[in-house]
Amino acid sequence: MSDPIWIDIGPIDQLPTLGGRTLPVRGGQEIAVFRNSTGNIYALANRCPHKNGPLSEGIVHDTSVTCPLHNWRISLITGEALGEDKGCVPVIPVKIDAGRIYLDRAAALAGAV
Amino acid sequence: MNAPINMEKQLPGAGGKAGRLRLVVIGNGMAGCRAVEEILARDADRYDVTIFGAEPRVNYNRIMLSPVLAGDKTYEEIIINDRAWYDDNNIDLISGDAIIAIKRDAKEVVSASGRVTPYDKLLIASGSDPFIIPIPGHDLPAVVTFRDLDDVEKMLAAAEHGGNAVVIGGGLLGLEAAHGLSLRGMSVTVLHLMPTLMERQLDEAAGFLLKSELQRRGQTIITQADTAEILGDTHVTGVRLKDGTEIDADLVVMAVGIKPSVGLAKTAELAVERGIVVDDHMVTSDPDIFAVGECVQHRGTCYGLVAPLWEMCRALADFLTEKPSGYEGSATATKLKVSGIDLFSAGDFSGGEDVEDIVMRDATRGIYKRVLVKDNQLVGAVLYGDTVDGNWYFDLLKRGEDVSKIREALIFGQAFASGGETLDPDSAVAALSDDAEICGCNGVSKGQVVACINNGAGDLDGVRAGCKASASCGSCTNVVESLLSVTLGQDYGGARTITPMCNCTSFTHEDVRRNILEKNLTSIPQVMQELHWTTADGCASCRPALNYYLLCAWPEDHQEDPQSRFVNERMHANIQKDGTYSVVPRMWGGVTNPDELRAIADAADKYGARLLKVTGGQRLDIFGIKKGDLPAIWADLNAAGMVSGHAYGKSLRTVKTCVGSEWCRFGTQDSTGLGIKAEKMTWGSWMPHKFKIAVSGCPRNCAEASIKDLGIICVESGYELSVGGNGGIHLRGTDFLCKVESEEEALEYTAAFIQLYREEARYLDRTAPWVERVGMDYIKGRIVEDADGRRALQSRFLHAQSVLQKDPWAERVAGSEANLHRHIGEVRPLALMGSK
Repeated sequence: MSDPIWIDIGPIDQLPTLGGRTLPVRGGQEIAVFRNSTGNIYALANRCPHKNGPLSEGIVHDTSVTCPLHNWRISLITGEALGEDKGCVPVIPVKIDAGRIYLDRAAALAGAV
Repeated sequence: MNAPINMEKQLPGAGGKAGRLRLVVIGNGMAGCRAVEEILARDADRYDVTIFGAEPRVNYNRIMLSPVLAGDKTYEEIIINDRAWYDDNNIDLISGDAIIAIKRDAKEVVSASGRVTPYDKLLIASGSDPFIIPIPGHDLPAVVTFRDLDDVEKMLAAAEHGGNAVVIGGGLLGLEAAHGLSLRGMSVTVLHLMPTLMERQLDEAAGFLLKSELQRRGQTIITQADTAEILGDTHVTGVRLKDGTEIDADLVVMAVGIKPSVGLAKTAELAVERGIVVDDHMVTSDPDIFAVGECVQHRGTCYGLVAPLWEMCRALADFLTEKPSGYEGSATATKLKVSGIDLFSAGDFSGGEDVEDIVMRDATRGIYKRVLVKDNQLVGAVLYGDTVDGNWYFDLLKRGEDVSKIREALIFGQAFASGGETLDPDSAVAALSDDAEICGCNGVSKGQVVACINNGAGDLDGVRAGCKASASCGSCTNVVESLLSVTLGQDYGGARTITPMCNCTSFTHEDVRRNILEKNLTSIPQVMQELHWTTADGCASCRPALNYYLLCAWPEDHQEDPQSRFVNERMHANIQKDGTYSVVPRMWGGVTNPDELRAIADAADKYGARLLKVTGGQRLDIFGIKKGDLPAIWADLNAAGMVSGHAYGKSLRTVKTCVGSEWCRFGTQDSTGLGIKAEKMTWGSWMPHKFKIAVSGCPRNCAEASIKDLGIICVESGYELSVGGNGGIHLRGTDFLCKVESEEEALEYTAAFIQLYREEARYLDRTAPWVERVGMDYIKGRIVEDADGRRALQSRFLHAQSVLQKDPWAERVAGSEANLHRHIGEVRPLALMGSK
C-alpha cells in the first residue's frame, strides 16, 4: 500500500480549541476541520448526514460535534451519527507534523473534478 | 525482520583485546550507559567498550536536572555512573571529545580532536537536541535551553542576580525550569503557544488546575502566546509577542521541545526520518550499527521520556548477546517534578465514542481524576492533585488487564478497587469503615450518615437536611444514595427524581447557579471542576447554559467563550437550512424610515439576498447571506445607523408596537414611543431564551401583547402589564401582573421582570413555562409587592446593560473574531497538480 499524499493546510493554531473551520474544495465537497480540547485535529465532510447542516458551526465536545441545525451528534473519529440517530459522513485522514495540519489528499479531493 | 547476527562468523575480523568485539558507544548519557550496563550484566566478556561523550563529565541522571535547578539535589547526587564504574568495567571513557563522523566502510569513528577509533559494533545514543525557535534575538547571551548541566549552571548564574525570567514553552520541561527559577528568586513568566499547559499530557481540565496553581504561586502564565522576538542588543532585555505585548526579561529559557539528534547518522547515510530508524532489535539500516534512546524512531514513534529508553536498552542487550527479545514500543507516563503539584498522565486520553470516560472531581481537595476505558481495558489516565494510584493505573494500562470487574470502583483507586472480586458500588460503600469520610465539604463520616438515616432520613433530601452530607458540592451524592440503599434495604424508595442540567452533571440548573454565586466561579472550566462535571469539556447542552449563567452572574468580568455559544449567537445571524445566514437589523419599535429601507434594499442587492421578508416582530429579514459576507453587510447596515437586531439570540428580540395615540383614533397612550424606549433599554441583553415584548395602544391589542413574554396594554388611566405569554407550540395568553400609571413605572417593572427571569429561569426556559412553574404569586411577590426588591432587580439589570449592551455587529466589523467568517483556506485540485 502506497503512502498517502498529504496536503498542508496550515498551522494548528488557526483553529480555536473546541471549534471548527471550513475548507472549501473547488469542484468538491467542503471540509470541516475541528480541534477538540485535547488538541486533536479532525476533518469531516462539512455536511451532516441528517439534513446537510454545516457541522463546522456546531459545538465540539470530547470527540464529537453537535450539528447546529438539529442537534445530531456526529463522531469526529468515525463520522458516524451517535446515539439513536443513524447516518455517516466521510472522514478525511489528518496528520499533524511540526504544528501543521495535513489532510489526506485523495480523501480531501474525493468527488472533486 | 532482522535475524540475530551470527557473532561467530564475524569474530575473525574482530580486533579487540583477547579477541573481543569492539563496541563503540556514541553518547555518554543515560541511554548509552544503560545499554552498556545491560550488555555487561548479560555477558561481561563479550565486548571491549569505548564510550564517547560530548560533555566533559561522567553519566548523570538528566531527568534530575530539574531538582538540581530547584536546589533539591546537587550534581553529585544525580551521578549514575561514577568514574569507578568505568574503571571497574574496563570501559574507555572519552569525555569532552564528541564524535564528528562515522566511516561505515572502514568501520571507524572520528572524534573532534581527530581521534580515529575502529569498531565492530557501533551504538548511537546521541539523544536529542533542544529545539530553538529561530526568532530574532535567539542567539543573545542569556537565552538558554534546558538540556544539560551547562544550561542549569547558566540559569543558576543568572538567577543569582534575581530579576525577570521568561520561559518559552509550557510543557513538562518549561514548567520545571520555571519552577526552579521561581524558587531561586526570579520573577517568572511562562509563555505557551497552546491554550492548555502541557497539552500533550493533560486535558483541558487538568491544565486549567495546573495553571491556576502556578499562578497562585506567583508565576505569570500566558497561554496562546506566540513569541515574535527576543529583545536586546548585547544582552536580553525582554520578549515581544506577536500581539505586541512586551515582557521584561533578564533571562530567557527556550523549552519548546526536543528533536532527535540525527546529524551523524544522516551524514553516514543511515536511514533517518524524524529519528534514526531502528527495528525491534534497535538495529539501524546498517546491521553493525545500533541506536537507542531519544535519537531513534521505532515503529514510527520517537520518545522523549526515560521509561522507553530502559526497555530499548534491554532489547538491544538481549540482541547483542544472542537472546533476542524484541522491543515493541512503550506506553508512556509522565509526572511533573514540581514539588507540591501532583500530576500524572499516561496513555491516550483523547477519548472517542467507544471509549468510556470516568471522571471524578473533588473540588475541596483540588483533585481531578480521569480514567479512560476501552474494550474493558484501561487506555489512559490523567490525575491531578492525587497521584498515588498513578503507577497502579499505569500498570493496568501496560498489562492490558480486563478491568470490567472493578469498573465501578476503578476511579477510586487501588485500595478501593482491589477490595474484592465483585464490587458493586453499594458493597464498596458497605465495606467502608464507620469513620470513613463521606462528605468532604461538611466533614461527615459514614457513621454519621448511617445514624442520620436510622433516625428517620429516608431519602437524599432527608440526609442533606439531617447531617449536611451531600448538601454542599454534591459530589458524594452517589455514595450517600448507596448508603441509603444499604441501610434501608427494601425500604429505600430509590434515588430522588431530580432533573440534572444534562448528563455531564448531577446538579440541577438551580444548584449550578447557586454555586456560581456562592463559590465565586467565573469560568466554564472552573465550574466544571468545582462542581465535579463527569465529562472533560461538557456537551452542547451545558456549555451554552454555563456561558449564560456566568455572564448573568458576573456581567463585568465575563469572558465570552464563542465555542460555548450556539451557532447563531456565535455568528450574530440566523443559520438557515442551506448553511447561509439571515440578517435582521434592529428597527426600534418596528419604526423605520426611507434611508434605512434604502440601505436594506442596497444591501440585499449587493450581497445577493434571495429573499427579503417582513417578520412577525415587525422587522425586515434579509435571507441567503454567506458567512464570509456577514461583516461586510453589517458594516453597510451600521453605516446607515442600524445595529444588530438580535433576531438570532437567546436575548431581547423585538418590541412590537402599534401606532398608538399619535395616529390611531382609538389610541390611549403613545405606545410606539414607549415601545421604542423599552427597546432602547433592553436591546442587547442576553436571556435564558428569546424574549419578546409588545406594546399596544389600546385593548384592541393590535401589537398582540397578550402572547408576548411581556405585554403592555395602554388604557386611558395607565398601563397594564402582563407576562408569560407565548404564541408558539403551546399557545398561552399572558398572566396579568399589575397596572401602573406612568411610562417610567412601566419601564421599571419591565426591567425588574426581565432581571428576575434572567437570574432565576433555567437556560432555554421561555417565560411561559417558568411563570407556570414558579407561579404568578411568586412573581407578583417579587415585582409588585416588594418595591425595594423590584428596584434592586431593575438596578442590576441596568448595570448589566451598562456593561454588555454593545452592538456585536460593530465589533465584528472592527475585526473581532475575524476567523469565524473566514475559511481556513481553499483546496484547488488543479493548482495542486501544478497546472494552474
